Amino acid sequence: MTCRKSRRVIREAAHLSEIPEDSKRWLGRSVARVEDAGLLTGQGRFLDDLGVRPGTLHAAILRSPHAHARITKIDTAAAKALPGVSAVITAEDVTKLSNSLVVGVKAPIMCWPIAVEKVRYVGEPVAVVVARDRYLAEDALDLIEVEYEPLPVNVDALAALSPESPVLHDGLKGNIASDRKFRYGDPERAFAEAAHKITVETNYPRNSCTPMETLGLVIEYNASEDAFDVLSNFQGPFSILAVIARALRVPGNRVRLRTPGDSGGSFGTKQAVFPYIVLMGIAARVAGKPVKWIEDRLEHLTASVSATNRSTTLSAAVDPDGRILGLAWDQVEDVGAHIRAPEPATLYRMHANLCGAYDIRNLAVRNRVVLTNKTPTGLNRGFGGPQVYYPLERLMQRIAVELKLDPVEVVRRNLIAADKFPYRTASGGLLDSGDYPAAVTMAVEEGGLAELRARQRAVREAGGLYGIGFAAVVEPSVSNMGYITTVLTPEERRKAGPKNGAQATATVAINPVGGVSVHVASVPQGQGHRTVLAQVVAEALSIEMSEVQVVTDLDTAKDAWSIASGNYASRFAAAVAGAANLAAANLKARLARSAAAQLNATIDDIEFAGGKVFSKRNPDNALAFSRLAATSHWSPGVVPDEAQAIRETVFWTPPQLTPPTEADEINSSLCYGFIFDYCGVEIDRETGAVRIDKYVTAHDCGRILHPGMVNGQITGGFAQAVGAALYEEYAYAPDGSFLAGTFADYLVPTMMEIPAPVILHMETPSPFTPLGTKGVGEGNCMSTPVCIGNAVADALGVETIDLPLTPAKLTALMQKPEPAPPTHAEAQTSAAPGQQKGRSLFGEGSAEIALPPQQVWEMLLDADVLASIIPGAHSVEKVGAHGFRADVSLGVGPVKGRYRANVELADLEPPSAVTLRGGASGALGFASGEGRIQLTATDSGTRLDYRYGAEIGGKVASIGGRLLDAAARVVIRQFFEALARRAGGPRSGNWFTRLFRRRP
Amino acid sequence: MKPAQFDYLRAESIGDVHRALSEVKDARVLAGGQTLMPMLSMRLARPSSVIDIMRIEALGRIEEKGNAIRVGAAVRQAKLLAWPALKDRQPLLAAALPWVGHAQTRNRGTVCGSAAHADPSAEIPLVLTALEGSVEVSSLRGARKVAAAEFFTGLMTTARADDEMIEAVHFPVRQPGHGYAFNEYGRRHGDFALVACAAVVSRTRVRLAIGGVSDRPVARDLSGTNDEELAQAINDFAWSLEARDDLHATASYRRQLVREMGIRTIREARACIS
Repeated sequence: MTCRKSRRVIREAAHLSEIPEDSKRWLGRSVARVEDAGLLTGQGRFLDDLGVRPGTLHAAILRSPHAHARITKIDTAAAKALPGVSAVITAEDVTKLSNSLVVGVKAPIMCWPIAVEKVRYVGEPVAVVVARDRYLAEDALDLIEVEYEPLPVNVDALAALSPESPVLHDGLKGNIASDRKFRYGDPERAFAEAAHKITVETNYPRNSCTPMETLGLVIEYNASEDAFDVLSNFQGPFSILAVIARALRVPGNRVRLRTPGDSGGSFGTKQAVFPYIVLMGIAARVAGKPVKWIEDRLEHLTASVSATNRSTTLSAAVDPDGRILGLAWDQVEDVGAHIRAPEPATLYRMHANLCGAYDIRNLAVRNRVVLTNKTPTGLNRGFGGPQVYYPLERLMQRIAVELKLDPVEVVRRNLIAADKFPYRTASGGLLDSGDYPAAVTMAVEEGGLAELRARQRAVREAGGLYGIGFAAVVEPSVSNMGYITTVLTPEERRKAGPKNGAQATATVAINPVGGVSVHVASVPQGQGHRTVLAQVVAEALSIEMSEVQVVTDLDTAKDAWSIASGNYASRFAAAVAGAANLAAANLKARLARSAAAQLNATIDDIEFAGGKVFSKRNPDNALAFSRLAATSHWSPGVVPDEAQAIRETVFWTPPQLTPPTEADEINSSLCYGFIFDYCGVEIDRETGAVRIDKYVTAHDCGRILHPGMVNGQITGGFAQAVGAALYEEYAYAPDGSFLAGTFADYLVPTMMEIPAPVILHMETPSPFTPLGTKGVGEGNCMSTPVCIGNAVADALGVETIDLPLTPAKLTALMQKPEPAPPTHAEAQTSAAPGQQKGRSLFGEGSAEIALPPQQVWEMLLDADVLASIIPGAHSVEKVGAHGFRADVSLGVGPVKGRYRANVELADLEPPSAVTLRGGASGALGFASGEGRIQLTATDSGTRLDYRYGAEIGGKVASIGGRLLDAAARVVIRQFFEALARRAGGPRSGNWFTRLFRRRP
Repeated sequence: MKPAQFDYLRAESIGDVHRALSEVKDARVLAGGQTLMPMLSMRLARPSSVIDIMRIEALGRIEEKGNAIRVGAAVRQAKLLAWPALKDRQPLLAAALPWVGHAQTRNRGTVCGSAAHADPSAEIPLVLTALEGSVEVSSLRGARKVAAAEFFTGLMTTARADDEMIEAVHFPVRQPGHGYAFNEYGRRHGDFALVACAAVVSRTRVRLAIGGVSDRPVARDLSGTNDEELAQAINDFAWSLEARDDLHATASYRRQLVREMGIRTIREARACIS
């Protein structure tokens, strides 16, 4: 892949030049990050680097291998007896010592941090072991015996709408947890009067932005005060602390949360540590010791959290010129097995901007939330954006294709005009500022769209597949804490009381011996908040950045915070940096009073510059900033009360964030940036691979505080979006097996796969934020997947296309007929794609046996014979007339596991046919299946024919997908060949006798 | 993700390895650890002991011996890739090695370790199969040389007996009048191959080996066929490999890659007949 040099064009907007020259000293510059020296020299302080109190125990979690099953038995005795194990916690302890996590919809369902009676997704915690170290804890997991009774599985969001789908939560009649309809303007009339109705159907897949550092915590229970002390890389929102405290049955002030100084990325996912805080809180309480738990990668990918997958039908009423008169959304949101706080927020975060960047006044929306047997969803970069913009911008492309218009022209004709801001959207959003048409023009001209189109023509003329895609996106930031309540009806909201706002807080303090300290509750996950805050405060006080020390670790017992605190919804630059600016400004105002008194000048005569405070009229009449700043500490008696300046904490919430109205209008976010992207892609005819030839992304995120970090955010979001578009999927088999448990199967693109985008900027400051800033961190996660999707659709000329755009999928879309197999080809054992059920394997074979059928038959019914032919059997006991139970070691090559197996003979037709049915389960997973054996008399004895079907799930399915089918075939084939061998058939080559080494 | 308990044995000589493999039940040789260590951590493999062979000097050599490049069991992939004579002596190996994992894993992973694990998508077993190379195994009972076609017996299984270690692999050197080519396609740079093709051709012979499709690398001689027959022969070959669907590719997609990449690889090999 060619790497293109990124180009950055900062447009000096008119507003910027109004900011006085002096105050531009720090802001707007790409100063070196204060975080980097420590991180690059190994001095980061991440959770797992911090020491723990002596005696701290380590936890490991036993997780469900089944997507849906009733737990019929848990036996922890052997695990508890292992030396070094302190406690084993199960649902019994959890339900006794805690309450269910609060659920965000009005439905009679529970949400426990451990499986209670049933497991509902692969990876759901079933038991927790706390032991002297993690190794021992994992050893003990192997000793816990759990018996499951598998239940029918429901993994398809649309199928979950059916009342016949297997029900996950008995409190509900089906699997629909919420069904709300909204109507704004007159959508029925718009559709009735429009010349065209154009519809897209999309299925946005499950994926997640995966951080390098996984979830983790250390928790201690203080029995004498009935209080919990938690150290965790939790990222917020801190509204979740209320959920934790209620679950642990203590007042909020008895859950003290501290966060480490550094965090190895989150992208939203570390919000999902909260159920583990509750679970491990109970473990610490039961064990009577502090407990540490660090999530491993398999746990993270399988069972942490993911973005929602969503199935959407979106229709537009369109006039002949391509103008959209109305939109009708039908969204089916799959939140997985539980509605875990703050879900179903993903579905409602975009509610204000469901019409995107377009001036559309008629809007109909139906939002349904369904439960399926998958990992519960939660925060993830882009939160709700990709799921909305994929259908919306696919629709824009379809309108252009159907009406034979230029896609850029269709976008332009529908954009909100520059003179309409602040613009109230149909569903209640208040788009703060922007000039969308100018941004599109800038992108088209400066990004080189004309050249890209020339290139497309040239490649197509040469027979290549080349497409160009576009996406226009409104990027919301700073969430309204009340938007989630839009899921409730107005009546339900009246009962619950209004929720709104977004409290941001910052503290600025002056040190008695010079220097300024800043603290915020933004919980950075690597973005560089400390650097930007130092810029903001140094600029506000006209001092050097090096004089500002910023602390971002948080202690909820000591520091200022509010439920809106945390690192989410791109709120830092707009809300937190703004609050820091206000706090610094307040201090500065007091210092100015103090200076006026000391310099015998008036307040409006006082100027701060270059580390000095002086009289404008007589600059020699001056104080050093550090001297002035120390006055309130050393000689408060000379400072008037209103000028005392030691420490200033500001809470700021924007008045524009009002609660949902009776008409369900909601301004879900405070700021709305604008992005216009386009890209050219070429598809290889041989492999179906997509090569991103050029990607242009133009942003207006308001005022830019640190251009380097803004471009870093854009590039990072773009990289993750390329992953979502082309590579990544949290894939589930129809039986609910999770298929992407390692980074060999969950394909995060590397620098080899990600071209550098061309980044363009314009700056239209937000009138609603203290610094004119808006969020920028999530935009490309919203715009890039659909931009690439549109380009691929253009290249292939297809109407419907869903992510990820894998080469196998695109090759199938090219519809090249496959040459037929040769007539002598061996039978294909693989089922045709799409017909395969779950991880089902089908196979058949036969063996010649030098005994008559009757004798072969008798051997089949003999426990001792089965003992010798079940691969790796340690012992076989007969259960009932036609059943057997065995302890077996199975595996291929070095991969081995011990399993408990049950085999039953059925449909007996002596002496010619029998069905073997059974299952096996162990630490690596489970298998079940059946095989039909036919015995036919031949001249030399008997021909044994077998056909089988088997299903495999659990850990092996999550981590060994690439090899699992072939491995299972080896095991199954060995069983039947051993049967033939035992029955006196010709001994096969020595390979399969070597596959499984028997243990004594 | 912590391994179950195992003993770590550090062998100072080949004799140490032989003794340990014959005496310790369920022991496993540890070389570069790029496959075994993750398997231990995930508890997929639970050997009683691992025998570290990386300090045995005699296993660290690359030498040309009797028309073959002999690569010892402790030779890391990066070392072979940096061997100055590699491209001249065996261009197919030189073309395939950069596709083995990533630079970081090649710095640790060994050439023989890849052969020992016999992953069906791995490049080194594919090259050994295409070139008709061999694997040198030894034990207290003695030493033997196994042809690649007999060594790779199935999915992650080989003809190595429990008490045997791989001492070296032998890659036949370039033959005059032959051309070699290698191609691979994976989802990302460094991923396991969805399909890998290695071709060895002369004026009279076409040998194509395919990795990533069957349960082991499979080679077929497609000699003496014209273009049309060749296309038919490769299609037959593709269908014979029993391709399967998985998360990353369908069986049909893999067959297409075999057909198209196979032909291209043969053409490229023909173009560089020396």
